[in-house]
Amino acid sequence: MTTADITPTAYPFNTPDGLQLADAYERARDRPGLLRVQMEYGEPAWLVTRYADARLVLGDQRFSRAAGASHDEPRQSEGRRDSGILSMDPPDHTRLRSLVAKAFTVRQIEKLRPQVRELTAGLLDDMEAAGPPADLVDLFALPLPVAVICRMLGVPAEDRPRFRVWSDDALSTSSLTAAEFDASRDELRAYMAELIDQHRKSPQDDLMTALIEARDGGDRLSELELVDLCVGILVAGHETTASQIPNFVLTLLDHPDQLTRLRADPGLVPGAVEELLRFVPLGSGAGQPRYATEDIEVGGTLVRAGSPVLVAMGAANRDALRFTAPGVLDIAREGNQHLGFGHGVHHCLGAPLARLELQEALIALITRFPGLRLAGDVTWKSEMLVRGPRVMPVGW
Amino acid sequence: MTWNVRVDPELCQASGMCAGVAPEVFALDGEHARARTDGIEPDERVLDAADICPAQAITVHDGKSVIGPRRE
Repeated sequence: MTTADITPTAYPFNTPDGLQLADAYERARDRPGLLRVQMEYGEPAWLVTRYADARLVLGDQRFSRAAGASHDEPRQSEGRRDSGILSMDPPDHTRLRSLVAKAFTVRQIEKLRPQVRELTAGLLDDMEAAGPPADLVDLFALPLPVAVICRMLGVPAEDRPRFRVWSDDALSTSSLTAAEFDASRDELRAYMAELIDQHRKSPQDDLMTALIEARDGGDRLSELELVDLCVGILVAGHETTASQIPNFVLTLLDHPDQLTRLRADPGLVPGAVEELLRFVPLGSGAGQPRYATEDIEVGGTLVRAGSPVLVAMGAANRDALRFTAPGVLDIAREGNQHLGFGHGVHHCLGAPLARLELQEALIALITRFPGLRLAGDVTWKSEMLVRGPRVMPVGW
Repeated sequence: MTWNVRVDPELCQASGMCAGVAPEVFALDGEHARARTDGIEPDERVLDAADICPAQAITVHDGKSVIGPRRE
């Protein structure tokens, strides 16, 4: 077993301007034990890059998110993201999760398919009318998930320019100071609190109203938990999908054989989305460290109680011990239990919604535009937790 | 009273939520989650797990009827 007395490697590895998985991950995965890493802020951590180790750390209750609050958590920016449901353990986490889980089950989300399909078609109509070159992000990839999550939650979609800034800040890894980060978070909280007030006065048929009832009628969550849950759903509910739509299009354009195959058989779309979720390393680096609550051996390293572990899902998704030819994009891959949505109690709440949106977006795009291509340089988001184009001109 | 817990392997998407919430009852050691034993002592967390399963793959019986996932 290796011990902690080694110089940590600077982390994260991935560059923001592209979707490559950094070579450093391959090296880390192939060597025994866990790699010791140091992020810009916080204490050093162990980095997990193998699939089996990732499932262990994310799925085992001996690893805690809540314990991070009493530590100097490893992180990319000075501001701390230690509030909200992602920073809780069961049973607190379960209490909040159960309030929203029913709205996001596979069965409930499937009911939204016709309306997502209609939204998708409408956005593509507008894009087609505007003519090429068109910015896929601004005209399609962003407005689609924003419209869906806003309608579900009960937030006016026309406020997009306002919460776009807060949402960017919330996921930013830039030079925002801790004070600036907190100020932005407080503005977003104030905005949401105002919407909650409005919903209290005139209840709607939406998730925000249901959560208000759980608070006011059942006392099942605090006011701050209510606000943060709505904020979390709004931010997580659009930013990742808005990034993955153009990321998936770019990846398919990079693999013309797979794109041709998909066009020939649209029935492959659900499997293609799973494979793209596996293949595309969305994050700029692992976050949300898990703290060992007792000494635990992980992948040949003894992780001491009180030590943080970071899980690189993108690297684990390319582990040859779990996936045959992991570096190959195969849209018909079977047994694809990827970690694109994480694993364990914090498995992405919105996974069924993300799947639905990505499926409908991809099929609509490639069917409408058989000649879909890049029509200019991609501008990449920089200094963000999730990677993806900020501007992506396309033609057809 | 004993509860019976089932995980439908056709529906299970292996999110790992159930094994995270109630590891003594659920295991995810293969492609899909499974109940570790057939009958269990009543345990609120098992109903929680059935409620929050994104695939709604977990069913809890109390010998007479289905008690989980709970209806709102």
